[in-house]
Amino acid sequence: MGKTLAEKVWDEHVVRSTPGEPDLLYIDLHLIHEVTSPQAFDGLRLAGRTVRRPDLTLATEDHNVPTLDWDKPIADPVSKTQVDTLRRNAEEFGVRLHPLGDVEQGIVHVVGPQLGLTQPGMTIVCGDSHTSTHGAFGAIAFGIGTSEVEHVLATQTLPQAKPKTMAVTIEGSLPEGVTAKDMVLTLIAHTGTGGGQGYIVEYRGQAIEELSMEGRMTVCNMSIEWGAKAGLIAPDQTTFDYIEGRPEAPKGADWDAAVAHWKTLVTDPDAEFDKEIVLDASTMTPFVTWGTNPGQGVPLGGAVPFPEQYDDESDRIAAEKALQYMGLEAGTPMREVKVDTVFIGSCTNGRIEDLRTAAAIIKGRQVDKDTRLLVVPGSVRVRLQAQDEGLDVIFKEAGAEWRGAGCSMCLGMNPDTLSPGERSASTSNRNFEGRQGKGGRTHLVSVPVAAATAIRGTLSSPADLD
Amino acid sequence: MDKFTTHTGVGVPLRRSNVDTDQIIPAVYLKRVTRTGFEDGLFAAWRNDPEFVLNNAAYAGGSVLVAGPDFGTGSSREHAVWALQNYGFKAVISPRFADIFRGNSGKAGLLAAQVDEKVVQKIWDLLEEHPGTTVTVDLESRTVRAGEGVDAIEDSFDIDDYTRWRLLEGLDDIGITLGHADDIAAYEATRPSWKPATIHAG
Ligand code: SF4
Repeated sequence: MGKTLAEKVWDEHVVRSTPGEPDLLYIDLHLIHEVTSPQAFDGLRLAGRTVRRPDLTLATEDHNVPTLDWDKPIADPVSKTQVDTLRRNAEEFGVRLHPLGDVEQGIVHVVGPQLGLTQPGMTIVCGDSHTSTHGAFGAIAFGIGTSEVEHVLATQTLPQAKPKTMAVTIEGSLPEGVTAKDMVLTLIAHTGTGGGQGYIVEYRGQAIEELSMEGRMTVCNMSIEWGAKAGLIAPDQTTFDYIEGRPEAPKGADWDAAVAHWKTLVTDPDAEFDKEIVLDASTMTPFVTWGTNPGQGVPLGGAVPFPEQYDDESDRIAAEKALQYMGLEAGTPMREVKVDTVFIGSCTNGRIEDLRTAAAIIKGRQVDKDTRLLVVPGSVRVRLQAQDEGLDVIFKEAGAEWRGAGCSMCLGMNPDTLSPGERSASTSNRNFEGRQGKGGRTHLVSVPVAAATAIRGTLSSPADLD
Repeated sequence: MDKFTTHTGVGVPLRRSNVDTDQIIPAVYLKRVTRTGFEDGLFAAWRNDPEFVLNNAAYAGGSVLVAGPDFGTGSSREHAVWALQNYGFKAVISPRFADIFRGNSGKAGLLAAQVDEKVVQKIWDLLEEHPGTTVTVDLESRTVRAGEGVDAIEDSFDIDDYTRWRLLEGLDDIGITLGHADDIAAYEATRPSWKPATIHAG
């Protein structure tokens, strides 16, 4: 019997396999940031261990760094300590670091692909659950905890039980104006937040093949939001074209050898998945969340659901709690929900294509007078590219705030937070209670919906403008 | 890591499903560079509510958290596990854990015991009717027991064999893996030259 893509990549990385024990997997790339690494480096120091492969390790500062005044010392002393700790650790253990102010600084999951470090067939880990983003290149990429960060630093391996495999096939083509974000939000509403648990998921089918690398990253990014261990997409010409010429991409004969291997990274026709889901892209529409987990979503044209419509008791209770937290009344059309803040950014939707899409919609229009629009590029490179293209001017002329690179309001660890009761439309990936600031209310949306919402002040799609 | 064989302590009913990592510990509390001191951030958003279960004196000193399905979804932050441990919890019971949370628990020495949802409901009822009731989680026999006498609830729980063994032995994963250093070196010798590196010689 043939193998799935995930099985091929997995098997290529098994250092040691013994019945009754997890496989010992080799890790090709370990990404690090300031929040989940200090205790891991401490552990190394305590045990007198070193970093086995600093040359397969890369650190950036992203989670807590400010997006204003980033050229000045960090004002929050606790954040500053965390960042300083990363800098000291990187120096002491010989790890390459892109600190605040560096041209390669940014969200780890934006930086890896843009440097060309993220390549097909790799194993990639990071102390961050959205590491699944890198699966867009046909890599097995997943988030790990700090004990595991320490383990990878010390050994460049991880003991891992082999997950089951699932195929998510998205047939047909997405209608005009419907994006990868809508696709993955639709999927999560379909499966629930635990639907992918225990699986490595391969996204396939026509609608996936038609996505750009940015769109594929958006889909894989949110794999964790339905509980999947990882999500990946078979590499193809779109993938190769994206990687070629990037600073860390293979060159010359290495490039040819790499591509020859990458082309073998597809699921064999006779391979079997443990589970399959099929969805039709052509019926998808702009999709938004109303609740406090990413599975609580409806089409933008729909309404806030009635808790009574859930058969399952725990779903009903969860819906009641969510409506109360979100300050929403059942039956309200989503388009009538008024939004205070729009956040465009994060590792889900903070890449150059996202900013271009947003700018094209916003160009020549004004942000609603009662609404604040925050545009936060995923990396410094994205920021500079956008400025080269004049996108920053479009945003600023519309009344938006144009910020420095980082995670920012995605998790509200830096000063960019919602106030209690404040409502956002956010292109990020989590709408948990308090995610963007204590008491903040988050609606997850696509980039076009975010842009249109900023203009109208209520949840909207570009079709609602003019 | 300390060995974990069995633990008995006051059970705390957390009647909620989908308790995500931002609920267990919000991001603003993640700025410490140590593994300790996270207890203040535990369930921070709910702690102001006098009705919240941790504010009920009857459950003071509780060390076994009994939660609804999909506990620990979301972030990879191991701080969620540390916050529970720093507060005093030794074990968490839930019908379903998020993968990363369960993995982190196993590494950090917090027992994540997966118990049938109907049994969890019964334990909740018991703990709410008789606050202060103790719950025993016995890793050797993989059983959970709540209460005493005729009212006692007893059932098995799921945990994977490898994690159970490591917890019982109190083993440090890194030490085990470094015992296979030769295998790692042999694997490294076979990696293709075109694989990317972050640091380049010369
Ligand atoms: S942008 Fe958000 S989801 Fe992505 S790494 Fe940063 S905090 Fe995590």
